[in-house]
Amino acid sequence: MVEELGKTMEGDLIINVGPQHPATHGVLHLVITLNGETIKNVEPHLGYIHRSIEKMSESLTYRQFIYVTSRMDYLSAHINNHACALCVEKGLQVEVPARAQVIRVLMDELTRIASHELWWGAMAMDLGALTPFFYAFRERETINEIMEETCGARLTMNYMVPGGVLQDLHPDFQRKVKEFIQLYKRKIHEYDELVTGNIIFQNRMKGVGYLSPEDAISYGCSGPVTRGSGVRSDVRKIYPYEIYDKLEFDEVLETGCDSFARYLVRVREMEQSVRIIEQLIDNIPEGDYQAKTKAVLKLPKGEFYQRVETARGELGVYIVSEGGTTPYRIKYRSPGFSNLSVLNKIATGSKLGDLVAMMGTLDLVIPDIDR
Amino acid sequence: MFLKDYIKEVYGAVKSLVVGMRRTGYYFTHHKEIITEQYPDNRATLKLADRFKGEVVMPHDENNEHRCTGCTACELACPNGTIKVVTKFDITPEGKKKKAIDKLVYHLELCTMCNLCVTACPSDAIKMAQTFEHSVYDRSKLTKILNNPGSKIMEGVE
Repeated sequence: MVEELGKTMEGDLIINVGPQHPATHGVLHLVITLNGETIKNVEPHLGYIHRSIEKMSESLTYRQFIYVTSRMDYLSAHINNHACALCVEKGLQVEVPARAQVIRVLMDELTRIASHELWWGAMAMDLGALTPFFYAFRERETINEIMEETCGARLTMNYMVPGGVLQDLHPDFQRKVKEFIQLYKRKIHEYDELVTGNIIFQNRMKGVGYLSPEDAISYGCSGPVTRGSGVRSDVRKIYPYEIYDKLEFDEVLETGCDSFARYLVRVREMEQSVRIIEQLIDNIPEGDYQAKTKAVLKLPKGEFYQRVETARGELGVYIVSEGGTTPYRIKYRSPGFSNLSVLNKIATGSKLGDLVAMMGTLDLVIPDIDR
Repeated sequence: MFLKDYIKEVYGAVKSLVVGMRRTGYYFTHHKEIITEQYPDNRATLKLADRFKGEVVMPHDENNEHRCTGCTACELACPNGTIKVVTKFDITPEGKKKKAIDKLVYHLELCTMCNLCVTACPSDAIKMAQTFEHSVYDRSKLTKILNNPGSKIMEGVE
């Protein structure tokens, strides 16, 4: 049986899932080779939502290219913008004011919670439970309202700019965030009652989609996918940026290596994000929200790299500058691409019915994979 | 011993289902908390956030005067070529030529509401409006001219 895996033989069935399929969360095309109901091979076909963001960024200035990155991983748009802003600041050697740094971290963590909330709802929906989706969106809506009030948009905010943030916080921001934390703490136990403890959910998640720590490293996975296999990979801890080294939070690690471990990592990560927000919300320093920068930004000749931890994993921004007003080359190392590559490894040998559940635990956002 | 474990397992499984059902049942009977917004029935009372980025507009005062000097800072700041500034030369009463805007063309269909033009403007001539219902039947209706016909620049704005 083992040597047959990965080879197409007579009697095998090949099915195409997607690119227009509701279970793939976007335009992802999977070619699945089946032997009966057992998966022999999964081959993702990409390119259906390629918008050539990297090439496009080469013709935009250092202020302009940031807005495009909101369209990559749209669920953690703030964190993408943050990575680009940090990378440009590294080249400009600008000192970001303390207030701007705190605002950025607060926004990042709110985005992380919103992203994990949506993932939690969609994860349960992948397994056929519709109700949790509405519970997740109830809390996520509160965050979206906070974002709308301060940044002016609900999803593609373009709030981080080189040198700080675009606008100061809304006067209601602190009150609204505290209300959200209260709401979250009041409702979080419902998540466990509805989904985590549910016997059907546990049976479909435990022991399914095994990813060994060695494979997680060799496939270049990052974020909750590796932490579910017990590998330390939180960029906020290992290569701290902004004020993360001064904050108290735990890197969530699970050693189950299966789908359920990856699920638990994300649910517990939301609690850590709330912990970070609680530390900062009463201690926002006064001062400027944006450093003084020149009207036209010019990066010195050289190469600049910055990595951040998005809700899905490690996002790297690599800028090559020739000294002009536009980048010579931009490369994004997106977490979704590496996390998708492991799908064949974890799905091979298991049943077709579990494939969508395994894909759900990888938390794929297709525009992030294709760019 | 085996039977004991089996019964324990079945009991735990049934309990987990009942706990979940109790939560949904609670919300089924306690539906005081209304979270959904009844759009478009609530259009009369719908209030969006002040900073909501819906569309770029140019405010005019009661004398039909705006603050735009035609410096094209917004045009240069825009990543998508959404704004096009068409300038003309006015003749001042002293007989000198003075640069002023003829039209500020705004392509709503290209705009991504990134707010870069508003922050780039040195004279606060443009701002974001809170409108969001932009559907039209004809694409040409999305190309707008932001300055009113016959408007001129406010006194004292350079």
